[in-house]
Amino acid sequence: MSNADGNGQTGTLKLKVGLAEMLKGGVIMDVTNADQAKIAEDAGAVAVMALERVPADIRAQGGVARMASITKVREIMSAVSIPVMAKVRIGHFVEAQILQAVGVDFIDESEVLTPADERYHVDKFAFTVPFVCGARDLSEALRRIGEGAALIRTKGEAGSGNIVEAVRHMRLVTGHIKRLTAMPHDELMTEAKEMGAPYELVALVAQTGQLPVPNFAAGGIATPADAGLMMQLGAESVFVGSGIFKSSDPAARAKAIVEATTHYDDPDVLARVSEGLGDPMVGLEMSKLTERELLQTRGV
Amino acid sequence: MIGVLALQGDFAAHGRMLDRLGIDWMLVKTPSQLARVDGLIIPGGESTTLLKLMKQDGFIEALPAFHAEGGVLFGTCAGLIVLAKDVLNPAQFSFGLIDLAVERNAYGRQRESFESEGTAFLNGKATPLPMVFIRAPRILELRPGVTLLARYDQEPVMAQQGRVLVASFHPELTDDPRVHQYFVEMVATERQAISIDSPVNNPVT
Repeated sequence: MSNADGNGQTGTLKLKVGLAEMLKGGVIMDVTNADQAKIAEDAGAVAVMALERVPADIRAQGGVARMASITKVREIMSAVSIPVMAKVRIGHFVEAQILQAVGVDFIDESEVLTPADERYHVDKFAFTVPFVCGARDLSEALRRIGEGAALIRTKGEAGSGNIVEAVRHMRLVTGHIKRLTAMPHDELMTEAKEMGAPYELVALVAQTGQLPVPNFAAGGIATPADAGLMMQLGAESVFVGSGIFKSSDPAARAKAIVEATTHYDDPDVLARVSEGLGDPMVGLEMSKLTERELLQTRGV
Repeated sequence: MIGVLALQGDFAAHGRMLDRLGIDWMLVKTPSQLARVDGLIIPGGESTTLLKLMKQDGFIEALPAFHAEGGVLFGTCAGLIVLAKDVLNPAQFSFGLIDLAVERNAYGRQRESFESEGTAFLNGKATPLPMVFIRAPRILELRPGVTLLARYDQEPVMAQQGRVLVASFHPELTDDPRVHQYFVEMVATERQAISIDSPVNNPVT
């Protein structure tokens, strides 16, 4: 598209957050090949996340988890018409440059992959495509937004099939936002210092009562009820990782989670779509995981 | 009352724009809620997702009925795609309530999404209008009976046919409320026309 009628600008924050706005009320599904991507699209996914192995397999098999192979990413991009996201390792800006060159629509700088940098995240303002980052609390969320993230998601505990961590993270974010809005203005600088978050963003959240970018849920969502729970807790969309393709009937479960996310506040719909789905993925109990096995503590 | 279809997409952004104009609005998630609104905005989002949810929830029958009974419609981006007569890339079901053809994702992927300024003809006069295009569809052909309301780079980007308004860009993501104001006026005009026609106001007929 030439921009003869004006000077068309690409890669602005408005365009990045704008795409995140378009994904609201939807489900973003992890897929590892073109067939799964088609199943996800046919079920009503608003986007797919291309990756080499779903988090449950990364957890089970171990080893270094990297950006998906480009052949696979391209195969998935050509299989569906919805946006395609892909994950890069925390701090691995060259994986991000490659995914942008390939034409991926959204990049997830993800704790699910093995971190490439233990101190710094990617400078997300340097990219044309938008980034999503995980956060366990408001401080992490505002640091990532300060680095240029256009979308925040809870980290939860990926690949666990256990919603407890995502719930904790969502409640921490929304609870802290509420406290900020009630805080006197002269306390905000000290609050920002203690949070380790940019003062301007802390002041903005205190004033508006919400994150400056959309806030989605991820990590441990395995059932329509889990999706409904996260939406009722304030998430604006959900990411489902292992929950779909590690269940006994992925197509049916994917479709049910899509409906549950739209009608999250209607228990009759939630009841109807929860029926006849076969077995969900097997879940892990948090107390059985050692500190070293947790993914959420990466990149904080 | 204006409704904003909230099955999936940037319904919140449309709500913010209506708040700014001081207009009463509500989220619409079920066909029965259509009875409470005079105009309905179909937001941007993923048209494939939107259509699946509309089918499951009974909007496939309810939306054309709403339109036939005097309801006013406004679709942006994915909303344009579902209201168009013909859809390409890939071909998919659409309501055909405005006689134009549209090509999905015609401007490219997200890295090609752009914001700029186009030219609107909202009240007969050409004026600049800020436009945000996100993985936008392209209007390929305006057929007779469809009025061009805005152009970008020589191409049509906003159009109206009777009670249906569509845009391939996102006025709800800009700071300029004129397009939403135009839609609100379309709804008000239609309401007036209905009340003049109604037997309550014309007891003699």
